[in-house]
Formats: sequence, structure tokens, C-alpha cells
Amino acid sequence: MARWTDMVFVLVVVLDFFVLASSRLQAAIRAVAAQGALLALLPLILATGESDVTHVALLAVGALLVKGVAIPWMMAWATREAAIRREVEPIVGFVPSLVLGAAGVALAFAFASELPLPTGGKHMLLVPTSLSTVWTGLLLVVSRRKAVAQVLGFLILENGVFVFGVLLGDFMPVMVEAGVLLDLFAAVFVMGIVMFHINREFSSLDTGKLSALKD
Amino acid sequence: MLFPVALPLILAAIAFALPGQRQRPPVLLAGAALHSLGVLLFWLRPPAPQLDGWLALDAPGKLVLTVTSLLFLACAVYSQGYLERRIDRDNRVFVGGLLVLLSAMTVVALSQHLGLLWVAIEITTLSTAPLIYFNHNALSLEAAWKYLLVCSLGIALALLGTFFLALSSAGPGGPHSLLVSDLVAAGPMLSRPWVRAAFVFLLVGYGTKMGLAPLHSWKPDAYGEAPGILGAILSGGVTSLAFLALVRILHVSSAAGEGHFARESLVAMGLLSMALAAVFMVGQRDFKRMLAYSSVEHMGILALGIGLGGLAASGAFFHMVANGLTKGVLFLAAGNIHRAFGSKLTDQVKGAAVRLPISGPLFLAGFLAITGSPPFAPFFSELAILNGAFLGGHTVIGGLFLAFLAVIFVGMGTTVLGVVQGEPPDAEWNPGNGDSPLTAGPPLALMAAVLVLGLWVPRGLMALFDSAASLIGG
Repeated sequence: MARWTDMVFVLVVVLDFFVLASSRLQAAIRAVAAQGALLALLPLILATGESDVTHVALLAVGALLVKGVAIPWMMAWATREAAIRREVEPIVGFVPSLVLGAAGVALAFAFASELPLPTGGKHMLLVPTSLSTVWTGLLLVVSRRKAVAQVLGFLILENGVFVFGVLLGDFMPVMVEAGVLLDLFAAVFVMGIVMFHINREFSSLDTGKLSALKD
Repeated sequence: MLFPVALPLILAAIAFALPGQRQRPPVLLAGAALHSLGVLLFWLRPPAPQLDGWLALDAPGKLVLTVTSLLFLACAVYSQGYLERRIDRDNRVFVGGLLVLLSAMTVVALSQHLGLLWVAIEITTLSTAPLIYFNHNALSLEAAWKYLLVCSLGIALALLGTFFLALSSAGPGGPHSLLVSDLVAAGPMLSRPWVRAAFVFLLVGYGTKMGLAPLHSWKPDAYGEAPGILGAILSGGVTSLAFLALVRILHVSSAAGEGHFARESLVAMGLLSMALAAVFMVGQRDFKRMLAYSSVEHMGILALGIGLGGLAASGAFFHMVANGLTKGVLFLAAGNIHRAFGSKLTDQVKGAAVRLPISGPLFLAGFLAITGSPPFAPFFSELAILNGAFLGGHTVIGGLFLAFLAVIFVGMGTTVLGVVQGEPPDAEWNPGNGDSPLTAGPPLALMAAVLVLGLWVPRGLMALFDSAASLIGG
């Protein structure tokens, strides 16, 4: 069982790097969907005998539906509508992105070893995975020009936060977890609407065109 | 207690369903008026905590909720005139979004559970982003996108910080809870390194929402492009709620023994915000962007006040009230000037006092008030913070505070006087965009409130400032 858990964490980080290096939006969207689906497994495989079964099941199903199905579907729809085929158009190149991503993983491990978990630790890879995924998300948002790619960065960041949240599954109220997932869904929905308008206004989803406002 | 939360939601659903352009603004007014009535009842008869203590009204929450409700009511009256002038624009999303925002803001003010607080603050971002795009042009779209993306990122980091805080309470003997009262009661039992990490992430997250430098990048764009009414609600209401979130976090951090670190961070960010606002306000040609930098400055003053603690913290709560009301005056008056001149650039707008006999002078009076001239309320609240700084032995901080205020007074004054004084340009204008009771009355009423609070603060209100400040100590 422990080996499977390791596999999930490693795959989540591998997908981070895949998105960092990916020049094709469709592939990046599929990778984020796969990452979301993988995350849905986490509450299940990390559940202990004391965990509330319905709570764990609800969290897993909710995460799968929101992160693995609904949001990627919306993103794929947006790229189709905007007729974007390729080109993430990075401001920071792919290789420097990967180097920065790797530095983030190293820092995440350093941070995790500095701060031991007060709960006695569920899994040693959990905190580094979470933090390096958060870092990857931030990196993507600031280093990509296409609005869709920025939203993908936001999703990866949220995935990183979710990994950390699994640690607290035992006492996070269901209501709050549901609220978090719903908010994420609504955020991407609103972003989708704004992207639709950006595309109509500028005939492109290049946020480089959104640079008229400055001092 | 749930009445002011549920009612705006129901009205929002009605507003979304109504077919007619002219039918929706009265729904907004009804929501705002009933909400204020609900808040008034809270003052007369303090409500008991609900939902296992998740929602409760304490001193800081009561202050923020009252200011927000009053400001929203003034804006709702103003919107009756404003939306009538903008009848060409579909106002379904505008009215519905504002009502959802009102409900979410109420939840933030009442929430004692940090998870629920996070969810409600995220809803305030999502419900306001489409409203920034009300004018449906390229610039407002850019502003809406930046606002949405920057605030969502900030809020995501705040969620991570909330999880860190939850983890700090999960050790042996910890309360396993995210209720502020449980966390404060546990105090030293919390894991300190995780509390410190949590504070950093929460400060970045809610600091973004509040618009503290250097996390303010969305603010000038959003306030510059959004309708004045939204600028008023964002700068007086939503940012005050993010401030409330920081107060709650500081409360927990202090109890856990990380207060010193937290306070120093707040003071540093407060001073940085004031310095940055001073730099960008000098020579600012766009008067709505100027107001945005003024908001950065005043959020900085609030952070500084709670960072210094004691007398200054009590002053900060006073300042939160004074700033919220004055920002309402400024943004509503600026919106009127923008409409009457068709521009918000100082080279095209001159003689606002001639063309708009009420809004023009109000803009000037609002400027004098916000920069801390007596006898308006912000003068006394800033004086209280300054007193706290000097009596607490923070001479350098007090000196910097005064220096920044002086630079900002000069910088903002140049822009405001340029707008208000002189003769309006000869070009034709539509007198239908002049002052009317519905558009000039609400900022006038808010200005009167700012003046009254400067001349006389009711004893009960003063006690409330002190009891809010005593929560965070220092």
C-alpha cells in the first residue's frame, strides 16, 4: 500500500513538470485533469481506521467530479471555442521553467524537513508534494501569456493546496470542504466567462494585450 | 442572526429572475434597507451565537458589519439614480452580484470559523469581478481579469495558510478546530512554527485582498475602471473585511506566542504601503486611480495601527470606520464627476465645482477629510494612531507616518484642486448627467456622518473600538 501511495505523490510532481514543459494547451489540460483525478485517490488511500467513511468518500467523489471532470471539460471547451490549437507562449522559456520548478521541489523538501508535522506524519512525501505543486502553479501563472495557461496554473496551485488539505481530513468539517470545492468551481467558471469576453474583445486569449493599464 | 445573510441571497435570486431593467434597482434598495434594519436590531438586541458558534457577533465584527451596511445602503440609494442613467446597460448581473456580495460580506463579518471565513471572502471576489466589467470595454475587461487572477491567487495562498493553522492545532492536546475561540483558548498548545508559517501565508493572502503593498497591483486598475459605486463598496467595505480577517489571524497568532513577529510584519507592510502610495499619488493624472492609491495608503495605516497595538489599535478600528465612510464620499463624487465630464484625467476635467455644485465641493471636502484635516473623523483616528506610536516609544515609525501623510496631502491636493477649481471646458455636456438628489444625496449624507464622527463619537462606539482593540492586545 505504501508503495502505491508513493507512486501517487511522485506522479503528481511528474505531472507538474509535464505541464511546465508542455507547449500544447490540450496536453496541459489533460495533464491537469489527470492530476485532479489522482488527487481524488488520496483521501481514500490515506484514510485510516478512524476516518469517517462517508466523509472520505464524499471528498474523493467531489474532488474527482470538480477537479478531474468538470473543470478540465470547461477548459477544453474554452480552448475549442477560442480556436486555440497550440502554443502556451511562455514569457519564461520551457527550460528555465523546469529549472525553477526543480528548485521549488528542493526548497519544498527543505521546508518540510524543517517543519515536522505535529500530527506525527501521515506520509513523508505529502508536504513536499503539496508545496512544490503550489510553487509550480504560481510559476505558471506569472510566466505564461495565454489566459487559459494562467488558469491552468491557478488550478495546479489549488491542487497543491488540496494535497495539504488531505492531511486535515479528519477534522475539517464537510461543509468547509464542500465550500472550497464549490468556490474553486465557481472561480474557474467566472474566469471562463471573462476569458470568453477577452477572446471576443481582442480576438485572442493573449494576456499580453491586457497591458493598457499602468502608471 | 441569519436574516441579513439569507435575505440578500433571496433578493439576488429575484433580481436575476426579473425581466425588466427598471424593476431590478428597487430590489437592490430593498435588500440594502432591510439589511441595515437587521444590523440595527443587532445593536438593540445582541444576537446569540449560531451554528455551534461558527457565526457570532463580536466587537470588531459588529464595527465592520455596521460600516459595510451603511455604506452599502448609501450606494444602493445612489444606484437608483446611476442605473437609471445607464439604462442602456444590462444591469441583471450588476444588481444580482451586489446582493450576493452583501450576503457574503455579512458572513465574513459574523464568521468565527476560519474555514467559513475563507469561503465567504472568496465569494466576495467572485461576485465583484463581473461587476468591474460593467462598462464592457477593453480596459474594464483587463481590470476584471487582473482582479480575478491576482485575488484568486492570493486567496488560494490564504487557504494554504488556513490549513497550516489547522495543522498547528492538530498536535497532541490541540483543539483540532478552526474556531477562533478554540484556537485562542489553546494558545501555547498550538505548534508555533506552523502558526508562524500560517501567519505568513495568511498575511500574503488576505493582504492581497486588502490591497497592502506590494500586493496591491490589482487595485489601481480595478478602482480606476469599475463604476464609482463599486469602488466605494470595494474600498470601504470589502477591504475592511479583509482587514477583519487579518485581525482574527493576529488574535490567534498573539495567543500562540507569535504576536511579536506578526506585529512587526504588519508594521513593515503598513509603512511600505504608505510609502508606495505617496510615490504614486504625486503627479497622478487619473483621479480614480489616485483614489485607489489612497486606499492602499489607508489599508497601510490600518495594518500599522493593529501592528503597533494598544492605543494605536483602538485608533485603527476608528480609522476603519472613518476611512470606509469617507471612501464612499470620494468614490461616489468621483463617479459623478467622471460621468459629467466623460473623462477621469486631470487634463480634461476642470471646474467640477462649477458644473457639479454639490459633487465638486464634496470631492474637495472628502479629500480634506481623508488626508486627515480637522474636524473630520479621519483626523482624530489618525491622531489616535500617532499618539499610540509616540506613547509606545516608536518615534521613528511615528515620524515616518507623519512624513508620508504630508507628502500624500500635497500630492493628492494638487490633483483634487486641479479637478475641482477653475472653469469647466467649453465643450457641450449633457445636463442630465449633473447633480440630482439621488446621485448627490448619498455622498452628502456620508460626508455628514464623517463630520459628525469627527465632532462627537458616542461613548458606546468608543467603548466598542477599545474592546475590539483589547482582543488583539499589544
